[in-house]
Amino acid sequence: MSFSSLKKLALLPVIAVCSLAVISSTALAQWAPKKPVEFIIMAGTGGGADQMARLMQSIIQKNEFSKQPFIPINKPGGSGAEALRYLKDKSGDDHIVMITLNSFYTTPLQNPDLGVDISTFTPIGRMALDTFLLWVHSDSDIKSLEDYVGAVKVKGKDWKMGGTGQGQEDSLLTGMLQNKFGFEVTYVPFPGGGTVAKNLIGKHIDSTVNNPSEQLGFFEAGQSRPLVAFTPDRLPQFPDVPTSAEVGHGDLVYFMQRSINAPPGVSAEAQAYYIDLFKKVFDSKEWQEFCASDGIFCDEWLAGDDLAAYHQTEKAKHTDLLKGMGLIK
Amino acid sequence: MEILDALLQGFATALSPQNLMLMMLGCIIGLFVGAMPGLGSVNGVAILLPVTFLVPPTGAIIFLAAVYYGAMYGGAISSIMLGIPGASTAVATVFDGRPLALQGKADWALVAAAVGSFVGGTVSVILFTLFAPPLADFALKFGPQEEFALMMLAFATFIGLGGDDIPKTIFSIAVGLVLAAVGLDEISGQPRMIFFDLPGFYHGINFLVLAIGIYGIGEILWTLETSQGDVKVSQASFAAKRIVDAFKKLKASIVTIISSSFLGYFVGILPAAGATPASLMAYGVAKTMSKDPNTFGKGNMSGVAAPETANNAASTGSMLPMITLGIPGSPTTAILLGGMIIWGLRPGPLLFVNQPEFVWGLIGSLYMANFFTVIINIAFIPLFVSVLKLPFTILAPIIFVLCIVGGYAPTQDLHDVWLIVIFGVVFYLLRKLNYPVAPAVLAIVLGPLTERALRQSLVAEQGDITTFIERPLSATILVLAVLLIVLPAIKMARQKNNRTSVADGKQP
Repeated sequence: MSFSSLKKLALLPVIAVCSLAVISSTALAQWAPKKPVEFIIMAGTGGGADQMARLMQSIIQKNEFSKQPFIPINKPGGSGAEALRYLKDKSGDDHIVMITLNSFYTTPLQNPDLGVDISTFTPIGRMALDTFLLWVHSDSDIKSLEDYVGAVKVKGKDWKMGGTGQGQEDSLLTGMLQNKFGFEVTYVPFPGGGTVAKNLIGKHIDSTVNNPSEQLGFFEAGQSRPLVAFTPDRLPQFPDVPTSAEVGHGDLVYFMQRSINAPPGVSAEAQAYYIDLFKKVFDSKEWQEFCASDGIFCDEWLAGDDLAAYHQTEKAKHTDLLKGMGLIK
Repeated sequence: MEILDALLQGFATALSPQNLMLMMLGCIIGLFVGAMPGLGSVNGVAILLPVTFLVPPTGAIIFLAAVYYGAMYGGAISSIMLGIPGASTAVATVFDGRPLALQGKADWALVAAAVGSFVGGTVSVILFTLFAPPLADFALKFGPQEEFALMMLAFATFIGLGGDDIPKTIFSIAVGLVLAAVGLDEISGQPRMIFFDLPGFYHGINFLVLAIGIYGIGEILWTLETSQGDVKVSQASFAAKRIVDAFKKLKASIVTIISSSFLGYFVGILPAAGATPASLMAYGVAKTMSKDPNTFGKGNMSGVAAPETANNAASTGSMLPMITLGIPGSPTTAILLGGMIIWGLRPGPLLFVNQPEFVWGLIGSLYMANFFTVIINIAFIPLFVSVLKLPFTILAPIIFVLCIVGGYAPTQDLHDVWLIVIFGVVFYLLRKLNYPVAPAVLAIVLGPLTERALRQSLVAEQGDITTFIERPLSATILVLAVLLIVLPAIKMARQKNNRTSVADGKQP
């Protein structure tokens, strides 16, 4: 036995006594990360999830919520398949968390070979619900959802709807519209919401279902027009835009959840720690201001089992949507 | 004179002590980040983003823009000194920078890179200052069809890149395209070519993985073999006089530098293109337009100046769509854009109106950053050159370690490190069989962009291929591309004719 390991052996009782003292003086829930935490982003750099992860990182750092740093790592491959697989392979690792998109539901459904079951993941907290609106160019004659449906029915397959890839949130929402109104458009995928927005303004496509943050700049410059918000309540940024329920189609509601989840089999202490930590982030002034300016809903905090139940409902909803579009059987 | 007033205001903002400090700090950090293989401006800006929440937005963007800028300069350093691209934007710099270094002219290559970067950066920031709004409109006119045409133009500029053996060049391009297709199909979302079911293939094969494999590992193997272990890098003894010589020598590259500045800028402002394709295109154009294209790849200073000029011009260019349209022109600006949103700014057509201090402060700082980086660079040349004085037995392991770290850093996946080693060996063998390897690197960069633009266009037009020639802008670019392909062919045919007529003359 080498000298250094002897030394470690000698230290063992000391460590044991110390940690006992710590445990007895504080509650068991006082687990804290012992090394930097990997903050996995199941999308590429520059997108919504990436922005949020980096904002959370800075909020954690600035307010000293954690002694250990959170390190954002992008794993965008396969619409998040890479990230999901990574979390699955790291089962039981207490030093990994991940921020999600709705591909959290759709990617495992579309790739059963991935072997990922999201119900085994450890739910932490739901940070936000991102919203969607229906957009056309401001030069267009279309002023309402009714005009829109009429115009699309005339043009049929010549109508170009922009979005971010088959099976992504925009395509699901497009699918919902198609099923609801019985038309069929040509869906053109682009690498990101920003590019989709730009192609609408450049008139390369006819309509989009962008998030508020992706279109707000063009909207304020008078270049794009929102027709309807796919939300239960009006969005503060767009007080004049009716909700889907107001125009008589209350079932057209769609959100993208942004939640924090950890790998399967994470210890209860670590889960409690992360729930507490992200609740602080959720309540912080910076986070709430960000949500308000970007048209994102951040009123309701869901954590732990509540989040797990929410995931199950959403998963079922997405299964139906994907089936409706013929993307899964 | 409204612009001049605004610009002066911008200079005033950029010159405030805090902003000036941030800019200098950013340039220096960027220089080192860029010089580290695998750590490019993307990683540098992403890592430093949270730090910027401590300063006001204008200071934050000045700092990060300086990092971006410094990294563009820094990328050239390891490309030239070690032969491994410090960043994806500096791959084309290896083509001629490395041969120059091996000939003991590393300092010349560094001067060419620094001066090119300075001119490219300055020309593009002037264009930015004067024509931001009309250029933003121009960028909006670029739909998928135009992007596809532009990519065809990029491929056309490379026809001459592989040397004379056209079949081998095509093979190399094909290998690059196949590697580029690995990963997720962007249109359907289905995985493609996930070899052996390895999850690492889901994120595709990063172009840097191939570049580091070829130019890092492959180059070490090549050098070891050709030198039998006894490597002699001719050492440039540093003297101020040599720098003066370098400047004199660089006169021949003036046309290249100016044209690369404009090319880089225009490619940079187009969303989704960015500095890497810009630098590769500039290299291709410089070679095609050169009087003696045969010296390219063997240590031509224009071959260093062109890509370095273009990547700096493009990095400024890519800020235009970011600021005026809220769309990233490159992966790095995508992160900057995220930063702006977090700082509470709304990029878009109204930013110039609503946040003049921010926009003009940034523009002012770009002028300064240019000036500052060129000075640091030239001042550091003796230090960089001294790296080459290390014996190869020490340098080779360092390069090897940098390759491994550089491959691991971007994705933090060992899978990519294995790929680097495999590519290094395979492409070393291909090189022994006289296959040109640069076209494979170009193909893996441009392949995904081309495929996406092509398929988007065809999906949008329901498979109607005439869309590419019906749209005036895309048709014009395609005509240019065809000209670029035909031009060297005519040149070659004419040379052949001349040769035959000379031969005929000898034997009447």
